[in-house]
Amino acid sequence: MPLIVKLLVQRIALGLLLLFLVSILIFAGTIILPGDVAQSILGQSATPEALANLRRDLGLNEPPVARYFNWLGGVLQGDLGTSLASGQDIATAIGKRLGNTMFLAFWAAIISVPLAILLGLIAVRYRERWPDKVISAVTLASISVPEFLIAYVAIFVVSVRLRWAPSVTTINDSMSLGEKLHTISLPVAVLTLVVLAHMMRMTRAAILNVMQSAYVETAELKGLRMFNIIWKHAFPNAVAPIVNVVMLNMAYLVVGVVVIEVVFTYPGMGQYLVDHVSKRDIPVVQACGLIFAAVYIGLNMIADIVSIVANPRLRHPK
Amino acid sequence: MSDDKLLKVRDLKIGATVYPPGEKPHDIEIVHGVSFEVEKGKVLGLIGESGAGKSTIGLSAMAYGRGGVEITGGEVWVNGRDILKTGLGDIRALRGGEVTYVSQSAAASFNPAKQIMDQVTEAAILQGKFSKKEAEARAIELFAKLGLPDPENIGNRYPHQVSGGQLQRCMTALALCPEPDLVVFDEPTTALDVTTQIDVLMAIKEAIRDTGVAALYITHDLAVVAQVSDDILVLKMGDMVEYGSVDQIINNPQEEYTQALVSVRSISHEEKEPTPEPVLKVQNITARYKGTNFDVLKNINVELHPGQTLAVVGESGSGKSTLARVITGLLPQKQGRVHFAGRDLSIDLAGRDMEDLRELQMIYQMADVAMNPRQTVGTIIGRPLELYFGLKGEEKRNRIIELLDEIEMGVEFIDRYPAELSGGQKQRVCIARALAAKPKLIICDEVTSALDPLVADGILKLLLDLQKVEDVAYLFITHDLATVKAIADSIAVMYQGEVVRYGGKTDVLSPPFDDYTDLLLSSVPEMKLGWLEDVIANRKMESAGN
Repeated sequence: MPLIVKLLVQRIALGLLLLFLVSILIFAGTIILPGDVAQSILGQSATPEALANLRRDLGLNEPPVARYFNWLGGVLQGDLGTSLASGQDIATAIGKRLGNTMFLAFWAAIISVPLAILLGLIAVRYRERWPDKVISAVTLASISVPEFLIAYVAIFVVSVRLRWAPSVTTINDSMSLGEKLHTISLPVAVLTLVVLAHMMRMTRAAILNVMQSAYVETAELKGLRMFNIIWKHAFPNAVAPIVNVVMLNMAYLVVGVVVIEVVFTYPGMGQYLVDHVSKRDIPVVQACGLIFAAVYIGLNMIADIVSIVANPRLRHPK
Repeated sequence: MSDDKLLKVRDLKIGATVYPPGEKPHDIEIVHGVSFEVEKGKVLGLIGESGAGKSTIGLSAMAYGRGGVEITGGEVWVNGRDILKTGLGDIRALRGGEVTYVSQSAAASFNPAKQIMDQVTEAAILQGKFSKKEAEARAIELFAKLGLPDPENIGNRYPHQVSGGQLQRCMTALALCPEPDLVVFDEPTTALDVTTQIDVLMAIKEAIRDTGVAALYITHDLAVVAQVSDDILVLKMGDMVEYGSVDQIINNPQEEYTQALVSVRSISHEEKEPTPEPVLKVQNITARYKGTNFDVLKNINVELHPGQTLAVVGESGSGKSTLARVITGLLPQKQGRVHFAGRDLSIDLAGRDMEDLRELQMIYQMADVAMNPRQTVGTIIGRPLELYFGLKGEEKRNRIIELLDEIEMGVEFIDRYPAELSGGQKQRVCIARALAAKPKLIICDEVTSALDPLVADGILKLLLDLQKVEDVAYLFITHDLATVKAIADSIAVMYQGEVVRYGGKTDVLSPPFDDYTDLLLSSVPEMKLGWLEDVIANRKMESAGN
């Protein structure tokens, strides 16, 4: 088996193992939470008989290990259980929400990733000169301000004063793509500002590191223009670290949007999670946790795979 | 200024910004008014030691300054125009079109993420000299001319898929592909093994002759430059020392500095007789690195006598440094034993006692990284004195001064930091540190390879003098046969993990030779005009005879 295939298989197997371990952690975490699910469903006035009945119905009397494997078996078959609060099937409810979150994350990524890389390239081209300094200052300032503050300022300026975009970003199936995009323009803009700096700084640092190499000098002595040197000779060798940080930020776009979704009352996973945490709806919290973990591990696994594939020594062995 | 001179450099001055520790950054001049010219189709050798400004001057022919280096004065005329006065657009057309560059390390100068062919043809296509198809045809032609295997397909490979010598030839093809008027060769064979160097040298020489291109050939090795140049310019610390034809410089040097360069390697050393009791006996050593299934050392047997020098010579990958790792215990051997000073040494480092460690010291190739940059010379030399002998205070200081005196450095160096020393001085401090332990054996791993010839000469003389005084034995690892001739008592020639020839110096260096030793010895450049052609002609005759 070629080395590269072996490395990829290893990496994917590790990702799956990690996901399995995380599922144990999530399950254990929700078990050691103080309080009793049955009590919280039925309220303080419930009779002991009713509580005992509900516990039996929920399977809470079984040992934790057995409950874990029941739960895991269900998850593997696509059954995430039913919500304690609403009695709805969680998979159906999450499917819709997850789609919305992905929609938001997708458009934020489509804008922020190329923009961050382009800004990084420009910063390298004009390093230590004013374009570099302006880019660094603006992106660092935007990452330093808490995202909810940016969100509220944006709502105040763009929605309330200028009336360009709505502040409540509820989308539904009857809207056209254009309407949807207009509706989510503010959260997308805020998310872009939040993730831009990290990716841009990494692009700049990774490429500057490569710019010290002898082969960049060779390119200069071939008479190439600076931007071509950066794009054709430096960038391909800086892909691995850049992809890593891009994937971390993409994961953040999916997993970390809780605050933004709540601020803009966007019907995504984040809001769904926050709603059900406050209702002590354990199965929903477990399902959301597992999906977030899967997204996180999956995207980082993609980053690792890209790094492996981007290495010419592994792609073209001797 | 329009005559047939291709390159004309007038009173070139080059400056750089330096950042000395503890001082404000300031500008210094590193080339002080150098003038020379190159006619069409001629080769000018630029020669000097490190710091002479050779590369800096070579790159000025492309109006390029490396790092913080800047051309501060003078004129550089290429094809009838002063390139220091034309604009950036014109300079870009010049680079990669009229003037091209071959660097010392092709391995670093090729982009690891792109195929060789793309990189070789890039400049020619960019400068509009050829279409992609024409450029690729020309590249294949050049690959064939430079003696690369499978010229049709080698361009499809990535840089890491070809050997160092092959990549250096690819770099030459890269430089020749756009049909330039001038190529700057910057130490193109320095990083190669001698047996590889001779082939690359011949390939470059033939390519220059066949394409009629002119060249600046930069090197510190006068014997190499004598083989390829028409004229030679000798440089020292940014000044011109001597400028003349290759014949005049080699056979009739006028300046004292040039004479010193020509006559370097003046050391001679009489071979000593073996003693009855060797200090080091390496018996049947076989070793491999962890996680591999390939023996890097195969059944090695050598002996070293007290106060004598065993030179272990071979090319990169021959296993000579691995042998040192086995003897020092860094790499436990699979089989065999190391018998040292009347006892068997434990195969791994953890099993050796203080006395074993003290009596066996090492000196390394890169003195720079072998010393803690934050310790003074006094601390560095004082460490083994504390560790092995428990010396303190005045006693320790006196011994440090004694050692500094032995390495011909004064007491004033005791409070200096490594960064304030020259390359030769750093290596001397490393020698003093090894001697401080009063060892019976010092392993010297390529200790002069990173040094300029004259400085290396000084180090070798010092090592020989110290051997007489301290009666210490050296296991001297090197790829350089001239060094071996200068200092060895016995020699082991290594090739692919085996000792292929072993014995007293005179025996090893006298015919009849085995094939490998013959190849190795005949590949060492000699300071003689026409040497390269003679060797190649001899080899062709021999292979025809077989």
